[in-house]
Amino acid sequence: MGPPMTPYRRPVRFTWWLGHRGYTLFVLRELTSLFIGAEAVLLLLLLHNLSKGRESYEAYLTFLTAPGMIVLHIVALAAAIFHAVTWFALAPKAMVVRVGGRRVPPPAIIAANYGALAVASLIIAWIVLGRIP
Amino acid sequence: MRSTKPLWWLLFAAGGMVAALLIPVHVALIGALAAGWASDAFAYDRVLALVSHPLSRLYLFVLISLSFFHWAHRFLYTLAEGLHLKTSWLPLPVACYGTAIAGTVLTAIVLARL
Repeated sequence: MGPPMTPYRRPVRFTWWLGHRGYTLFVLRELTSLFIGAEAVLLLLLLHNLSKGRESYEAYLTFLTAPGMIVLHIVALAAAIFHAVTWFALAPKAMVVRVGGRRVPPPAIIAANYGALAVASLIIAWIVLGRIP
Repeated sequence: MRSTKPLWWLLFAAGGMVAALLIPVHVALIGALAAGWASDAFAYDRVLALVSHPLSRLYLFVLISLSFFHWAHRFLYTLAEGLHLKTSWLPLPVACYGTAIAGTVLTAIVLARL
């Protein structure tokens, strides 16, 4: 009897996902969630400071206009759009919609999602800005 | 943990939809503020009036909490993949989904105080 066998585990580098375009896009897609979470935190902090009064709120607005914030939001916007594009691309696989017994073709489902994105964005921007952007 | 999987997945999926449809415009709006293009729109009295409507609060609650759950799910699986851990290794889902639950409770408290 020799020593007990241990299953071989091929070592995987932390950078495994950089070698292949498909893997890189997959990991980048997962990482978009960090920016979605960060934006939710920023919104929550905005509401928190709003509840504390004018002074806190205005101090928070000053914090939001720091130079790094513009860079963060450009990257976050790219991440949010990348998330939306990949999410909509998967939508026809996640749900099969039938109208009158016929399956709605996948491109129509994707197009409907983009339509909803456009309409929702316009409505929210209109409410927040008080005018049509 | 196993039996609650569909619940987390449902929250992730709902959060993914909310994030895809609504987060881009919110990032753009805060980005516009950061660039100094929307300071009038974000004036204290105006924003306070906007969020005073119950529907605005409901909207913000759904937007923020589902975004947290979406993050938690993706972050859990990315972390498990990157660190070669199993997603069933309890501290991992507890930390990720626990953060999302804490964030949801905080959001409810903040909105109730407004």
